[in-house]
Amino acid sequence: MSIDKGAAMKLADSDFAADRRPRDVRSALGDYWGRVRSGDLGALPAILGLAGLVVLFTALRPETFLSERNIANLFTQAMPVTILAMGLVFVLLLGEIDLSAGVASGVCGGVMAKLMVDAGQPWYVAVLSAVAAGIVIGTAIGWLVAVVRIPSFVVTLALFLGLQGITLRLIGQGGTVPVHDEVIVALANKNMPVWLGWALAAVTAAGYAVIQLWRWRRQHERGLASKPVQLVVAQVAVVAVALLFGTYVLSLDRAPSPAITLAGVPWGVPLVALLLIVATFVLGRTAYGRHLYAIGGNAEAARRAGINVTRLRMSVFMICSGLAAIAGIFAASRLNSVTPDAGAGNTLLFAVGAAVIGGTSLFGGRGRARDAVLGGLVVASIENGLGLLGAKAYVNFLITGAVLLLAASIDALARRRRASTGR
Amino acid sequence: MAENGDPVLRLTGLNKSFGAVHVLHDVDFAVRAGEVMALVGDNGAGKSTLIKCIAGIHPIDSGTIEFDGRQVEIGGPRDAAALGIEVVYQDLALADNLDIVQNMFLGRERRRGIVLDEDSMEQAARETLARLSVRTVKSVRQQVASLSGGQRQTVAIAKAALWESKVVILDEPTAALGVAQTRQVLDLVRRLADTGHAVVLISHNMNDVFEVADRVTALYLGRVAADVKRADVTTGQVVELITAGRSGDLGLAPATAAENI
Repeated sequence: MSIDKGAAMKLADSDFAADRRPRDVRSALGDYWGRVRSGDLGALPAILGLAGLVVLFTALRPETFLSERNIANLFTQAMPVTILAMGLVFVLLLGEIDLSAGVASGVCGGVMAKLMVDAGQPWYVAVLSAVAAGIVIGTAIGWLVAVVRIPSFVVTLALFLGLQGITLRLIGQGGTVPVHDEVIVALANKNMPVWLGWALAAVTAAGYAVIQLWRWRRQHERGLASKPVQLVVAQVAVVAVALLFGTYVLSLDRAPSPAITLAGVPWGVPLVALLLIVATFVLGRTAYGRHLYAIGGNAEAARRAGINVTRLRMSVFMICSGLAAIAGIFAASRLNSVTPDAGAGNTLLFAVGAAVIGGTSLFGGRGRARDAVLGGLVVASIENGLGLLGAKAYVNFLITGAVLLLAASIDALARRRRASTGR
Repeated sequence: MAENGDPVLRLTGLNKSFGAVHVLHDVDFAVRAGEVMALVGDNGAGKSTLIKCIAGIHPIDSGTIEFDGRQVEIGGPRDAAALGIEVVYQDLALADNLDIVQNMFLGRERRRGIVLDEDSMEQAARETLARLSVRTVKSVRQQVASLSGGQRQTVAIAKAALWESKVVILDEPTAALGVAQTRQVLDLVRRLADTGHAVVLISHNMNDVFEVADRVTALYLGRVAADVKRADVTTGQVVELITAGRSGDLGLAPATAAENI
C-alpha cells in the first residue's frame, strides 16, 4: 500500500498513520456499512422513512399527494417544525429537553401579532421583539436548569403550562389575532421569482461543492485523514441534485386554474436554508459547537477541560427558545393568524420527533442541524398525508405518539448497539 | 535520574477539609523534572483529594503551592493548565463521542478567527503520538468510544503531553488494564519523564511503582508518612507505610500514626 509523500514520511512507520493511506471507495463503503451495523445510523432512518411515506401516501392518494401544489404545501408545512427541531437539536445535544419550545413559539408569535395589530408596529420591530421574547424565555429556562440545577424536564414542563397561560392572556379566550403584514405573510404564502430560486439553488450547490472539494484537497496535500475523492464528489452530486430537483418541482406552475401562474420557491425556504447553514457551521466548525458535543458526551470531561458547562447549558436553551420564536413567526405566517392554542397540542412532539428521526440522540452528544431538516420533512409528510386522507383527530394523536415512540426506540436501540460494539 | 535540581512543583503545609472531615493534614509534596514520583496510599488516604487540589478542582484551606520556585494560586482547572500541570484522571476525562484529535485539544482548540483549525490540530496530535511512540491506534480520526482501555489511557496521557506541560499527574493509569497494555502505559510513563516532564504516578500496584518510579511518597490517613527514594526501600516497607503509616525508622511517629486509628 503506498503512502503519501511529505510530512507523512516521518510518521509512516507508526500504525496510527494508517488513516492517511489512500483509501478506495470500496473500503470507505465497507466502513460505512460497518458503522450502520454497529448502530451509527446517521441519516438512514429519515431517508428510508421519507421514501416509505412517499410511497405509502402516493399509493393511498395518487392524484393529490405528489401534485405540484401539495409538494409546495409540504415544504411550507415543514418550515415551522424544522426550525423548532433545529433549536431542539442544540438542547438534545446536551442530553437535556425543552418541552416548552412549542408553546414558546406560540407566545412569541402572539407577541409579534399583537405588536403589529394592536400597537401598529412595523414588521421588523415585531419580529425582533418576538425573538427577544424567545431569548428571555430561554434565559429563564437556562438559568433554572444550569444554575439552580432543576432537571430541564421539570422546568420546561412547568413552562409548557405557564406559557400557554400567557398566550391565552395575550390573545384572549376564543380570540384570534389576524396577521396581514405583507412581509410576514410572504414567508409561507409568497414565492420567489422562478429565476431567483434557480440562481440561489445553483449558487448554494456550487458553494457546497467548492467547500467540500477544497477541504479534501487541503487534507490530501497535507497528508491528513480524508475521504476518498470519489465519495466527496458523490456527496456533492447528491446535494446538488436534491437542491436542483427541489427547485425544479417548486418552479412548476401549480396554479389551480390556467388563468394565473403560481410558481417559484416559497420565500421561507431560503431562510430555513440559511438557518441550516449557520447552525451547521456553529456546531461543526466552532469551538462553541465542539464544546456542546463534549458536554453531551461527557460533561465531567468537559468541565475538567476548563469548559464553562453552566454557561453553555444556559446558552442552548436561549438558542432553542430564540429559534422557537422564529418558528412561531413562520407558523403565524402560514396560518395568517395567531390563536390562543398556537404551539400547543402536538407541535412540540412533532419537533422532537423530527430531530430524533433525523438522527439526533435523546441521550446527548449526537446530532446535527441537518437532522432537523430531514426529520422535519418526514414529520411534515405524515401531517400532510394524514390531512389528505382526512384522518380523524383521534387518529392524528395516536399516530403522532406512535411516531415519536418509534423514533425514540430506534434511538435507544442504536445506542445499545453502539455500546455493545464499542462506538 | 534527576535527583538534583529544584522541584518544579512543591506543596508545603497543605490542609483540606470537607465539612468536619479533615482529609489532608499539613501535606508536603514535591516533584522534579525528569522524575517519576509515585504517590501511594490506601483508599481514603487522600491521594485523589491531593491531586484535585493541585489540579484546581478543590480550593485548598491552607498551605502554599510553589511552581518553578514561585508561589502560585490555583483557582481552577484553567489556572493549573496555564501553569503546565496536566492531570490524567482515573475515570478518563475523555468524551466518547469525539475523535482522538478532538479529545486531545478539548477546551484548548486551535482556531483561525472563529473557525477551528482542524488541520493543524490533527498534525500536532499525530506528531505528539509519534514522539511518544504510540503505535496502537489505527486512525487519529476514530471515535474514542471505539478504543480499548489501554488505547484510551494512551490517548489521555498523550493529551497531557501535547501541551507545554511540565507536570503530568496520572491517577491509577494501569488500574483496569491487562498485562500487555500495562506494559505499554508504563513505557509511556517512563518516556514522559525522559522527555523532561515531572511525573506524578498514583498507583496501588507495587509492581508498577517499583518499575517506573524514582521516588515514592506514601500518604497515610491524610498525612505524608514518608518521601523516599525508591532505591532505598523495599516493597514490604512501602506496604507497611501504606497500611500502618510507619515502617521501622521510616514513617509517622507512633503516636501520630496511632491517633488516627
